Amino acid sequence: MSVQTILITLFALLIFSFFIGRKRSIAVSTPVGKTGGRRNLHSRPHYYGYMVAIWAGIPALLILALWTSFNSSIISSLTVSGLSDSLQSQSKDAIGLMMNEVKNLAESGNIAAESDPVLRNAASHYQRLQGISTLAKTVIVLVVSLLGMLIGWRLISPKMRARNKVETVVRWAMILCSSIAILATVGIVFSVLFESVHFFKAVPPSDFLFGTTWSPQTALREDQVGSSGSFGAIPLFVGTLLISAIALIIAVPLGLMSAIYLSEYAGKRFRSVAKPVLEILAGIPTVVYGFFAALTVAPFIRHWGEAIGLSVASESALAAGLVMGIMIIPFVSSLSDDVLSAVPQSMRDASYGMGATKSETIRQVIIPAALPGIVGGVLLAASRAIGETMIVVMAAGLSAKLTINPLEAVTTVTVQIVTILTGDQEFDSPKTLAAFALALGLFVITLLLNYVALHIIRKYREQYE
Amino acid sequence: MTELKPDIEKRSEFDIEINGTVGKPFVDNPKMSSRNCDVFYGDKQAIFDVNLDIANNEIIAMIGPSGCGKSTYLRVLNRMNDTIPICKVTGEHTLDGEDIYGKKQDPVLLRARVGMVFQKPNPFPKSIYDNVAYGARLHGLASNRSELDDVVESSLIKAGLFKEVKDDLNKPGTGLSGGQQQRLCIARAIAVDPEVILMDEPTSALDPIATALIEELMDELKENYTIAIVTHSMQQAARVSQRTAYFHLGKLVEVNETDKVFTNPEHQLTENYITGRFG
Amino acid sequence: MSKTTKKIEANLKKRYAKEKRFRAYGVVSLLISFAFLAVLLVTIFSKGLPAFQQTYIKLDIELNEKILGINKDSDEDALFSASYSKVVKNSLKEMFPGIKGRKQKRALKNLVSKSAAYDLRDKVLEKPTLLGTTQSYWFLAKDDVDVFMKGNIDRTLPESDRRIKDYQLAWIDKLMDEGRLEKRFNTVLFTEGDSREPEQAGMRGAIVGSLLTMLVTILLSFPIGVATAAYLEEFAPQNNRWVDLIEININNLAAVPSIVFGLLGLAVYINIFGVPRSTPLLGGLVLTLMTLPTIIIASRAAIKSVPPSIKEAAIGLGASRMQVLFQHTLPLAMPGILTGTIIGMAQALGETAPLLMIGMVAFVSDIPTGIFDPSTVMPVQIYLWSDSPERAFTERTSAAIMILLGFLVLMNVIAIVLRKKFEKKW
Repeated sequence: MSVQTILITLFALLIFSFFIGRKRSIAVSTPVGKTGGRRNLHSRPHYYGYMVAIWAGIPALLILALWTSFNSSIISSLTVSGLSDSLQSQSKDAIGLMMNEVKNLAESGNIAAESDPVLRNAASHYQRLQGISTLAKTVIVLVVSLLGMLIGWRLISPKMRARNKVETVVRWAMILCSSIAILATVGIVFSVLFESVHFFKAVPPSDFLFGTTWSPQTALREDQVGSSGSFGAIPLFVGTLLISAIALIIAVPLGLMSAIYLSEYAGKRFRSVAKPVLEILAGIPTVVYGFFAALTVAPFIRHWGEAIGLSVASESALAAGLVMGIMIIPFVSSLSDDVLSAVPQSMRDASYGMGATKSETIRQVIIPAALPGIVGGVLLAASRAIGETMIVVMAAGLSAKLTINPLEAVTTVTVQIVTILTGDQEFDSPKTLAAFALALGLFVITLLLNYVALHIIRKYREQYE
Repeated sequence: MTELKPDIEKRSEFDIEINGTVGKPFVDNPKMSSRNCDVFYGDKQAIFDVNLDIANNEIIAMIGPSGCGKSTYLRVLNRMNDTIPICKVTGEHTLDGEDIYGKKQDPVLLRARVGMVFQKPNPFPKSIYDNVAYGARLHGLASNRSELDDVVESSLIKAGLFKEVKDDLNKPGTGLSGGQQQRLCIARAIAVDPEVILMDEPTSALDPIATALIEELMDELKENYTIAIVTHSMQQAARVSQRTAYFHLGKLVEVNETDKVFTNPEHQLTENYITGRFG
Repeated sequence: MSKTTKKIEANLKKRYAKEKRFRAYGVVSLLISFAFLAVLLVTIFSKGLPAFQQTYIKLDIELNEKILGINKDSDEDALFSASYSKVVKNSLKEMFPGIKGRKQKRALKNLVSKSAAYDLRDKVLEKPTLLGTTQSYWFLAKDDVDVFMKGNIDRTLPESDRRIKDYQLAWIDKLMDEGRLEKRFNTVLFTEGDSREPEQAGMRGAIVGSLLTMLVTILLSFPIGVATAAYLEEFAPQNNRWVDLIEININNLAAVPSIVFGLLGLAVYINIFGVPRSTPLLGGLVLTLMTLPTIIIASRAAIKSVPPSIKEAAIGLGASRMQVLFQHTLPLAMPGILTGTIIGMAQALGETAPLLMIGMVAFVSDIPTGIFDPSTVMPVQIYLWSDSPERAFTERTSAAIMILLGFLVLMNVIAIVLRKKFEKKW
């Protein structure tokens, strides 16, 4: 049975369990020859139903989940171990490639058509293992479910505190759900760190951190002439910073001034229209911005740059940064809005009471008072800009040039990650692993920025609470 | 059959009528004056037909139960209510005979002439020096640094704070104690050389010793300034003011010399209030 | 008037000018933002609107049994594999006799989309008696013809600078004179999957892929998110290390760049758990982690806004905390939770970068039928098309963006209506 069928069967079993549990609870609590035994029950009947369903469902589902998660890797390694020793001693890449072929062959359902006997054997071995696994999985899961149902059913008695039991299970389920956030972070750290460590075994961290040349092409064959690839990440980080800086130079003043105008000057009706319109900018998917940058903004900048005699690359950092800036305007403005409105009214009153105009109050009292919060917001925006991917993938360049001229093409960390991992991947090559090292850098930087920013903002809020 | 009203309702303050203001609301040659003042917050009327003069170099206290409109009225006098969009002020209000709400009147200039001190000390998150210099810088009152230094120093001296802070002028004003902060706010207000100072319950957030210091200060200030103070404390009104105005539910009930108000009030409501029947 | 007053008055004019200027900066900032938005939308819409129309060519096809090598009694296999493209080509040749040279011959063939042969095959399969007759059919025109018909190729340019040569122009003119060219509503865009040929490429595969991915995402993130929010708001002990850790990590998840989630999918879901690549299941698993913070934060706010008095009343009547949660708090908080969920889903629907990492960028022409089928999603389809050099794909990319924005607008409108309808003030 496929996973889907097992799940449907299990679901039917659960519903069945619920009803027999509920029915039995009423039956066991009703003295012979009388009716209305519910009063003798500790909990209301449906809780007994839930309890039986939990017994029937949770162990079985757990087994199913674990089995399905590790099925493919276990079967693959079993298949590999069934190969002849000479084949097993091949490099990891070769085995990986071969296993792919074997899997494809087994799934095509037409093993006999393959000419290579080794592959044919392996594929049929794989298929056999897969068959056994599926059958065993189905039988075990369903048997466990039925057993659970039986246990739950036998446990029912009028004194059984079914509601408390069910609630305990629900509570643990809730704790488990909330722990997924932790699991996800662990998963992220694990996935980038693990591969990065591999990478740093091949490339020394100092080369990566301080090298100024980035050309990740490694030789495909041992004897091939050419570079062994250089992995200096400085140009990527400089490119990222350049584009992010352009974005912030555009977004911070525009976003801040928009927020100020909307919160201090605009009438209620204008605000109720203008704010959502500004929010639209935040709701547009980044891929749309990327398309806009590449199709409209970049040629526009190039055209005008050339009209005044500047040489502008067709994938200039300016175009990507400009469009990214537009994207984060609403981000900056809504953060500034929060921060500005946290400045107590008494500050404004004091300033107006002295005869200050609105703009004097804003510039000399509100903004200085809100400065920590604004700085925090800018850092958050910076972290957003550094991690942004689609705009730069579509509008920034690929070649890693170390420059701070906004009219030239630069590449960024995220662009390189995407390029490396969406192209043809050579497994375990430094080139592929470099993507993970870059991601590690990205992860650390954005996390630090966020941590610092939130810390500043929290301190700032406490000041006025 | 006539319905019997319970006794308690007869005694309720709501049954006592307020027909205009009793006492002496008007003076000769007033510094500020209001005629037929109504204030609305949206549809709600907060002040009803207040007529009052404020004399030169006097301290006038405004008392009354909370929500009676005394603070709202105070904010009418320097157009602070302009900053609240739903607030509407009507009537005639003058400062030295000039219409406060007239087209020619500039709210910025008005607020420089009619300064304000607030209930809660609200120094800016800047240094003590910058706090006091704020108004002078805004209005361009000092043409160079030494003039500005003079303004700051003399204001702090007038506010009785200079001795305490003269070595810490560059420390943040928010680091001072509550009473010092409030005196800093007073120094900040007098640094622009106003003619009138409005004080909105300036000591309600302070301890008795700080309160006493501020009250002393007010006594000194009245030599040069006209002061209108809203206060919660009848004792304070009795201590510092020459005249007292009693507000009740948005109406100005009685204005008289302070002694008279507290010893022999003309209006029943005033009497009820000062004898502590409500409020 | 005192000296001070005079001094102040002297400066007033300058200060008011400054005030005006400052205010103007605010207006200008807002206007710039709005102008960008307007330019963006106008560009996309003006480029994308023509894509909702498609050029068709009417051809008289002689279903010659000899050329096709079949007759109406042939079995289905034979009917299926006959060379229909040949009769299409012949029909064109007949219309424009005397074409010489391989280049011109190929150009002639390229007036009509390759899909013409498949259309013809389907028609014959449906009704084999058509064989031997001559029929008039409308076929999809090739993308170049379509681009020209929409006025995107300037015929006044010198011949060497345009994609359509003089002889092709002559053919198109003739076809137009005979009323054999027509623009119709572009159904292909909604009924077909992706294709290398612009005129045959549609969004259906991406739309279905997106819906399946969203289905997985919402089925996972909604219960997990609501359970987390309910736990943190109603049950979590104060000052508990584990709870603090959970809160910190939720904030972290919200801060991590989206592309890192793609790497997580690659390294953990694919390489460790063996989740099949390029599938809506995998996409949904990745997007679940990204939408969780949004849903959790919105749900917590909604749960927090339920007044304690209601909960206390229920507890006072003897309900357990769990019963209070499920019978009172959650139902009352549901509008807020749903609004947050829809907003989270809208974000997920527009997300591209992490999906590139997990193989959803592969070219998939089949419409996915389940969460285990390889598929792509709308934003990735936009990315793929925007990368294609053909002029016709630019137009289709814009149209795809319009469709995506349409979905997003719809979701946000639902969220707003929900919020307005159930907005409660306690």
